[in-house]
Amino acid sequence: MRKTGLVFFPAFDWAIAPDHPEREERLLYTQDQVFEEGLLDFDNIVEFKPKIAKEEDVKRVHICVPDVSSVVTESHMISAGGAITAAEKVLSGEVDNAFALVRPPGHHAMRVVHGARGFCNINIEAIMIEYIRRHYGHKRIAIVDTDCHHGDGTQDIYWHDPDTLFISMHQDGRTLYPGSGFVDEFGGPNALGTTINIPLPPRTSDEGFLYVLDHVVLPILDEFQPDLIINSAGQDNHYTDPITNMRFSAHGYALLNDKLCPDIAVLEGGYSIEHALPYVNVGIILAMAGFDYSDIREPDYDPEALRQSAEITAYIETLAEAIYRKWQDRKNIKDVGRIVNGYIKRRKRIYYDTDGIVEFQEESVRVCDSCGGLVLIESRADTGYHIYAICVPGRSCAACRAEGEYIFESTPKFKYNYVYFQDREKDVFLVK
Amino acid sequence: MILGIDVGGTHTDAALLEDFEVKKKVKVKTNQEDILSSLLEATSSIFASLDPKRLRRIVLSTTISTNAIVQNKIRRVGLIIARGPGIPPSLLPFPEDTYLLSAYMNHRGFEVVPLDEKEVEEAVSRFIEAGIEHLGVVGKFCTRNPAHELAIAKLIGGRFKHVSLGHKLSGRLNFRRRIATTYLNAAISSLYRRFALAVMNFVRDLGVSAPVYILKADGGTIGIEESIQFPCQTILSGPAASIMGVLALSRGNSDAIALDIGGTTTDIAVFADGVPLLEGFGVKIGGLKTLIRGLRTRSIGAGGDSRIKWQDGKIAIGPEREGDAAALGGPYPTPTDAMVWLGLIKIGDRDKAGAAIYTLAREAGLSVDEMARKMLDTTLEKICEAVKEFVNEINNEPVYTIHELLEGRKIRPTNLYLVGGPSEGLAEPLGKMLGCTPHLLPHAEVANAIGAALARTTTELTLLADTEKRTLTIAEEGETMYIPPRTKIDDIITLGKERLKERAKRMGAKEDELEIEVLEEQEFNMVRGFDTIGKNIRVKLQIKPGLIAGYNSEKGIR
Repeated sequence: MRKTGLVFFPAFDWAIAPDHPEREERLLYTQDQVFEEGLLDFDNIVEFKPKIAKEEDVKRVHICVPDVSSVVTESHMISAGGAITAAEKVLSGEVDNAFALVRPPGHHAMRVVHGARGFCNINIEAIMIEYIRRHYGHKRIAIVDTDCHHGDGTQDIYWHDPDTLFISMHQDGRTLYPGSGFVDEFGGPNALGTTINIPLPPRTSDEGFLYVLDHVVLPILDEFQPDLIINSAGQDNHYTDPITNMRFSAHGYALLNDKLCPDIAVLEGGYSIEHALPYVNVGIILAMAGFDYSDIREPDYDPEALRQSAEITAYIETLAEAIYRKWQDRKNIKDVGRIVNGYIKRRKRIYYDTDGIVEFQEESVRVCDSCGGLVLIESRADTGYHIYAICVPGRSCAACRAEGEYIFESTPKFKYNYVYFQDREKDVFLVK
Repeated sequence: MILGIDVGGTHTDAALLEDFEVKKKVKVKTNQEDILSSLLEATSSIFASLDPKRLRRIVLSTTISTNAIVQNKIRRVGLIIARGPGIPPSLLPFPEDTYLLSAYMNHRGFEVVPLDEKEVEEAVSRFIEAGIEHLGVVGKFCTRNPAHELAIAKLIGGRFKHVSLGHKLSGRLNFRRRIATTYLNAAISSLYRRFALAVMNFVRDLGVSAPVYILKADGGTIGIEESIQFPCQTILSGPAASIMGVLALSRGNSDAIALDIGGTTTDIAVFADGVPLLEGFGVKIGGLKTLIRGLRTRSIGAGGDSRIKWQDGKIAIGPEREGDAAALGGPYPTPTDAMVWLGLIKIGDRDKAGAAIYTLAREAGLSVDEMARKMLDTTLEKICEAVKEFVNEINNEPVYTIHELLEGRKIRPTNLYLVGGPSEGLAEPLGKMLGCTPHLLPHAEVANAIGAALARTTTELTLLADTEKRTLTIAEEGETMYIPPRTKIDDIITLGKERLKERAKRMGAKEDELEIEVLEEQEFNMVRGFDTIGKNIRVKLQIKPGLIAGYNSEKGIR
């Protein structure tokens, strides 16, 4: 048995829109099931009220344009605060692990935020992770994203961070939003191999998920040796999810959680609110608390009908081997991009589907052997904002820091609406 | 005239009230072996000079159910459980004498696996063979659809002495607690029934025709005849009587703390705007968590007679009580002795108190005065800390809406009410430490009887309207009815209020005490795909614990 903290915040009075998947009703039946099963009565399952995240917690991760209060509502601050509460309970030793069963989700929110994309405004896992590092020391952290959609926001935020391993298993981006998360997305030049993508074919069932867990995720975690494992516990791989095409079951989710044994799980997506979420969430809570979850079963569960085809099995086996080999070979990768004046540049066009915003971004990272590297971002959105951001990484080297400070000082203000300076190491955020 | 009687663990108190004035109070020792004889003893002097026709009501609070459970004087119970998938059987209470059915309902009250009558028959014959006479039937999500429980009851017919159905006992969700509640209800049903019938006979023999009520754990009353079906609700009526007593004897509607400082324990209760708080799901008894509605109390093992030791350079209080205070001839020093020595209360023999304190003082190398001071301070701190922790816990209860999280009501007590022997010496300093105005209450020695006498009938109702299914379920009534698709939350509240009134009257309420409170009103759009297919409306109503009509909180009790 383990002592498990549960931060349950269903936000019964908040929705993106009345008929949006991210609506008041989303965790209603989950609450019913959790209450009816009496999970909160066990001595080793303790419920905590979420705290409310502060602006400084958001600024440690994001460049919000024009500012934090313009892109978030109270609901986002509570859901990020819920993740922080879960982390605090674990790091203070009050509980062995914790599950932040909160909404709205966050894993599509990237470093620069002009608005909402994929139902997310701010990245609640990243805010939690940087909070942990600020208050409990710099840790090596692994994030395993088991949402059906590629966690492109989390990937973007930790793309250049060699101390954060981000592994996403999701439905192949050729068949689902956000259309990214391919095997060749492998981390920035200073952090090669700390981004791992496992794009799974539609109709993958329990067998396939557990196969990549056993053959890719767990071996890589074993080698990376993180201090903490975070699970972005999206629940939309479920066979009844209305906006995806996978065949994962509630029992499969519980088993995955048990094998992964995350220190902190944070709810992400999952929109089969009546037929999946009640069972998946009870399964995850039981697994985290170390209880027997073998009786977790959806009323309509039929393993035979959900079995994946032999082609899918073969495809996944080949895929898993290729990804694992790429990981093992990561230190020999030579071609990391064209270096100009010590920087490598990438250009991105980012679409904010929830808010209908288009952003063009040019992101340069200083090639650096000693830290994650200084990151410079020029971003222009069709909202009219044109901004420049200088981001000093956590545990930055003296050279990256000095250069960042110099660039912030010398960047002329008139060229942009705002110039931001974000320093994760010293926890400083400046705007001019 | 109203008669309140509290049959407590040690004493039985009776109080006769007329127009909210205490006319007579009696206190006798309780005979645990024969509660009825204590009842007789306590009331005989009252009835000697009272025309029984003048009595308007009699209310009784009794330890009979609590004792039966705590002392394990309960009957063997067979449980028929429809559990469905979820937590494994190993995590359900009571693995023995339990028969698991394959039938189950889901969270919306849809039948997933229908009832197999053969299984029920098998369970019944197994239990009959084992000589079991009392049965509990519980389904997961039966409050969402009681059809299985009702069908099982029908199949069982009259083959057992008693059958308790889960959905009748509470409308709240919590399968494990529902099993425990149903089990307890069945387990004490025969014992309680005998008791209730004896009380009814006793009262009739006295020539009283006024209604008789029993006090429940939630501080509300229930007609004695109705209570026979719900004996589990009569547990913990002693602590409830004490809190209702404080409510009657104090005045005003503030946020307040009530302390009942007894010999062994100090019981803490909290009032919000003058209304005692209830437990979120239900009370805990005999190690079991239940769905029994009950007042929220916290008990700590520090009372006037708790033994005080000197341990590791510190004072240690309780939790054990090993007799009276030394001042009254007891063996060890206690908080009462400290108060006696310091002149805060005047009971017993001050020299005996001093001698007992001296044994500790010598050990600690302090003077008797210093030690007495230390003993008192530690007692105060212990009580104070527990009160603060309790209030803090209440204020940090999880909430599930942004509105509640940001604007949630916080309890900030301004008044402190004390009853119990040692209160006199502790009131002033405790008030100061808690930032409250302390009040010692009049008639405190029979506060329980007065609380019982004046408590109104309480009950609650849980309604769930599902306009896609076009059904409304009223959980506690085991009722499912058709509703039109355009039903609104206001329609449900209006209907619920009517049904709650009917239910309360059935439980013994009078028309003028039906003060209804809406505990919960939630309405969710049910969206599937891109269409709104209906509304899920949840309403919970109650008649909250309080005092009968006519009581004026400005005037209080004379």
